[in-house]
Amino acid sequence: MISLTINGLEVSMEEGTTLLEASRFYGFPIPTLCHMDGLSPYGACRLCVVEIGQGANAKLVTSCTYPVEEGLQVRTASSRVVKARKMILELLLASCPQSKTIQDLASSHDIRQQRFKQEFEDCILCGRCVRMCEEQMAAKAIGFRGRGEKRSLGTPFDMKSETCRLCGACMYVCPACELRCTYTELDKAICGGCANLSPPCLEKNSFDDMMCYMEPCVACEVKKD
Amino acid sequence: MNPEHIREIIDHHEGGKKAGIIPILEDIQSQYSYLPEEALRIVAEKTGRSLVDIYGVASFYKAFSLKPRGKHLISICLGTACHVRGGLRIAEEFERQLKIKPGETTKDKEITLETVNCLGACALGPIVTVDGRYFSNVVSPKVREIIHKARTGLDRVDIKTDERIFPVEVACPRCNHSLMDRHHYIDGYPSIRVTVSFEFKHGWVRLSCLYGSYSVDSEYKIPDGVITNFFCPHCHAELIGASECMTCGAPMVPMLVRGEGGMIQICSRRGCKGHRLDLT
Repeated sequence: MISLTINGLEVSMEEGTTLLEASRFYGFPIPTLCHMDGLSPYGACRLCVVEIGQGANAKLVTSCTYPVEEGLQVRTASSRVVKARKMILELLLASCPQSKTIQDLASSHDIRQQRFKQEFEDCILCGRCVRMCEEQMAAKAIGFRGRGEKRSLGTPFDMKSETCRLCGACMYVCPACELRCTYTELDKAICGGCANLSPPCLEKNSFDDMMCYMEPCVACEVKKD
Repeated sequence: MNPEHIREIIDHHEGGKKAGIIPILEDIQSQYSYLPEEALRIVAEKTGRSLVDIYGVASFYKAFSLKPRGKHLISICLGTACHVRGGLRIAEEFERQLKIKPGETTKDKEITLETVNCLGACALGPIVTVDGRYFSNVVSPKVREIIHKARTGLDRVDIKTDERIFPVEVACPRCNHSLMDRHHYIDGYPSIRVTVSFEFKHGWVRLSCLYGSYSVDSEYKIPDGVITNFFCPHCHAELIGASECMTCGAPMVPMLVRGEGGMIQICSRRGCKGHRLDLT
């Protein structure tokens, strides 16, 4: 067992556990995005940063990839951590403002304005789908391609993969492109039934590109009757 | 593309078990000048890795190309120094005259254009290299001439028959400080002093400044065949360019020629006589 201090509380954890697991085990919440139980730690979204060390040596590390260390002093919600996390969330929100997951995370972290240009990216390169495909579905049909600005996700040569079984797990775990409401018309991205209900989250001019996140969908429930 | 040939290359590397897949891809690239899709599928199958991984590596590194490349490669430097000296304008001029964008190849499969981030000769910017030969202080009117030279093929001086012997005065291509050491003479002329490192040893080396002479004096004895890293004794930048020795394939060490203006490149492998002189 390894003993360390999390937010001033002396705790002990088994060797090999990560700071994220330890913190959550002892009830200190840490927000995550690219992390998922059952998938290997990746450290891409940086949302789970915590502060370790003392004084001038204090630094921010991603708790999902950092293993527990003897005598480590961890702060999961220091002002530096909160500030860094808010900035990361603002940037994530700017790159993918249509994502419900990111919207929720942003609002729960008290982000009330958007300072950066919205990019409406389809992908935030969190790598969840890649790990899902490889580790849980044992398929390895999709992966990262290119680098830097041109880094993207997809199959080799953009061709239909022979190893893909169309299981849909990649879409299921994606925080950016969550499966859209299709009601009965599968070819339509959104059924539009909720348009008449005009919930505040749907106050937009065009409905072609919308995603509905109500579960269960009010409009679908109404239509069923 | 011959699938058997690809299999041979992979077998030669023992299926990538020892050094991974990059050396395999490098070999295929050097044979075909690009990585054909079919070749990548064979590599995936033979090495037992998924195509996703192979494709990820192939698309990650700039040295690999997934599209066929031309016979001649024109690289335009857009590193900081070349950029502020107007490298971007030179690149635009090349794009306009060749009617292709960087990373593309002309329709006749003759010339591939690419932009690179530093060719290690900042003092001579803007730099353009054609098949590893340097063109320094390039201005827009010179672009047409460079393209013409690239198409006709640069007259390669055969090293064995090149018996010209004359002294050169060289400087560091990064900081432009002279590398000449006027206190130590080799072959009756001031020597060229640089620092080298190899096998955890780090010391000075003095080279003869006579073009055509291979006399060397060094702090540590460098065994034959060892590739050393050269550094400028003033700015401590590594003297490394983009090209490889035509004789042995080791990286070439670029140095700036004072007076005439131009680049001299020597092979970084001890004992190899590969060198190249490009005067402007």
